[in-house]
Amino acid sequence: MTKNVVVIGGGASGIEASRRLRDLGYSPVLVEKEDHLGGHLASWNRLFPQMIPAKDILKSLTSDMKGIEVFLNTEVISINRLKDSYVVKFSNGLSAQVKAILITTGFTLFPAQKKQEYGYGIYDRVITNADLEAWFNGNKDKRVTDPQVIGFVHCVGSRDEKAGNRQCSKVCCATAVKQAIEIKEKFPDAVVYCFYMDLRMFGRGYEDMYLKAQKDYGIRFLRGRVSEVSEDINGRLVVKADDTLLGKPVKISMDLLVLMSGMIAPESNMELSKMLKVLPGEDGFFSPANAISNPTLSNRDGVFFAGAATGPKTMPETLSEGRAAALEIDSYLKRVGD
Amino acid sequence: MIFQGKQKIWSEYQKDIPEDHYFYVRSCIRQSFFPASEKTFLDIVKGELGKDFFETPHHTTCGGIAYHAEAVPQETMMTIIARQFALMTENGYENYVCSCITSFGLYTEVMEDWREFPELEAKIRENLWKATKREFKVPKYLAHASDIIYKFRNEIAERAKFRLVNHKTGAPLKVVEHIGCHYSKMFPSKGVGGAEYPYVLAGMIESWGGEVIDYPERRHCCGFGFRQYLVKANRGYSMSNTYKKFESMEPFEPDMIITNCPGCPYFLDRWQYVIAEQTGKTYGKDGYGIPVFTYEEVAGLVLGYDPWDLGLQTHQVAVEPLLDKMGVPYKPEEKYKGVGGKVIVPPEFPMNIKCC
Repeated sequence: MTKNVVVIGGGASGIEASRRLRDLGYSPVLVEKEDHLGGHLASWNRLFPQMIPAKDILKSLTSDMKGIEVFLNTEVISINRLKDSYVVKFSNGLSAQVKAILITTGFTLFPAQKKQEYGYGIYDRVITNADLEAWFNGNKDKRVTDPQVIGFVHCVGSRDEKAGNRQCSKVCCATAVKQAIEIKEKFPDAVVYCFYMDLRMFGRGYEDMYLKAQKDYGIRFLRGRVSEVSEDINGRLVVKADDTLLGKPVKISMDLLVLMSGMIAPESNMELSKMLKVLPGEDGFFSPANAISNPTLSNRDGVFFAGAATGPKTMPETLSEGRAAALEIDSYLKRVGD
Repeated sequence: MIFQGKQKIWSEYQKDIPEDHYFYVRSCIRQSFFPASEKTFLDIVKGELGKDFFETPHHTTCGGIAYHAEAVPQETMMTIIARQFALMTENGYENYVCSCITSFGLYTEVMEDWREFPELEAKIRENLWKATKREFKVPKYLAHASDIIYKFRNEIAERAKFRLVNHKTGAPLKVVEHIGCHYSKMFPSKGVGGAEYPYVLAGMIESWGGEVIDYPERRHCCGFGFRQYLVKANRGYSMSNTYKKFESMEPFEPDMIITNCPGCPYFLDRWQYVIAEQTGKTYGKDGYGIPVFTYEEVAGLVLGYDPWDLGLQTHQVAVEPLLDKMGVPYKPEEKYKGVGGKVIVPPEFPMNIKCC
């Protein structure tokens, strides 16, 4: 079987790149290890700052997949370099010989239980941002039962040398503010706190969302890290933190604590990097040959990147990189002859 | 509480503790605070379990309190520790076990420093040679004495005469476990169970029939905290830490507290008297306090040792309510008798905390 391009990873970036490649006249093979397309987008509820339903975005992305061969529940098991092409073998027994491979492997969420002091997996009422999105999507979760006091802990496993992740996950600040607003809408009488290091509201409309959270929703922003979480005799959480603006420690009893798990590189990046001989950075994400002038190019002919494969990104950035990578691949294949 | 979550963490922080042949070093302050605990430890590991534990009278302080009080520089402390290692080496041992948590933390810190900075170790070797003409090997294995009791907790349970169970109702006793800060907070991988949910004492409690209480201020300092107490002007801060812990554990109605540090049992025990004198408040039932024990004392009680041979009469908070719950027999008239039946004058009894 001969196809033009293999796209590894069926998240937003992989889907968008595949569609654009198809529109440019190629026949991409989109490989996804899960049983559905969409990656994290498929499990998210709404996207900041406009609160657009994630399912609407995903629906529009996957509405027209004609001309794209999608392999679900499939992984890449080997990649061999020939003279001017690659032979990619898949776990479904098929293979493809291509001149271009696009890596859109995205990210995984930091396992919050690694920050043992926050008690995820130990204390009943500690959940993650992903758990809360699942609840917003209608999944039942007895941990979210009429909470009166709710806390959000920013930067869980991000900007954290001790956790082995120095990078900022970029979207957690805005996600925390978004989720704080959303949960306040669900429980208007609840008191909601956000524990932050500093708020990175860099995108258009983000700062407005942050101000709205304070003015219209009464979200209390407390600058300082949570030091430890425990449980009192009634099962309520006791959250200790440093309020660095007041210059004193605080202790607050809560009914729900949401940990903003950051983005980390998927473990599978290492295996893929060995197959392609494209070394990932110290943080496990792939490193473009030139992160400023063209973040979609690798240092290896015919291998391209898009989306969070090269580090944490917002959804618009991810989609834009998918499109950019498609154009870059098109130029490359025209140059070398597809 | 999700117990399986804790079990997962415990499984990730297990130490490979050697079976036998240890060079044992005592604590400088435990022998004053709880004088029978170290003897009980040796009675258990040598007498009950038949293990080889060697100690030498040439051993000195590790210098920990002076170091943490910034009374001696790091280099001096390291040279003192190098001398202890030389004693171990000269006596043919490779496994080092210390009674004191501060020492354990310090030994761990020194060994890690030397691993990171070999030139520092070389300098200390030179210091020791110039001062004493001694040489040393870094221990192959470093344990705290509570690691050893933890390792043999099930063997102790098999020999148990009494369990951490209310002998009248059969209900497990509710036990607060308090870990010394220097056990694993600095180096989580060096402690059984890690830093956040240490298992070293919880494992003993489970094996001996008790139920561990996880209360909000479980991780908080006992109140010793070196400079909190060593500087006299800070002692109110020391007591307020202890007070915070007792207020936090009170709703859980603990029957007892087990510790593995020299300072913790002392402060948790003595400050209960001061709190009672200052506020009139006591935390046990019927005007008593919550009895506080070292893990060796508890192991001794489980094995059926006489409570007064374990030195429990040196505690501020009366231990009798706990002995009654466990069904441990004792003779009240023997409480203040010393070696050979010599009568020791009973202490003056406090106003607000009930003693037997």
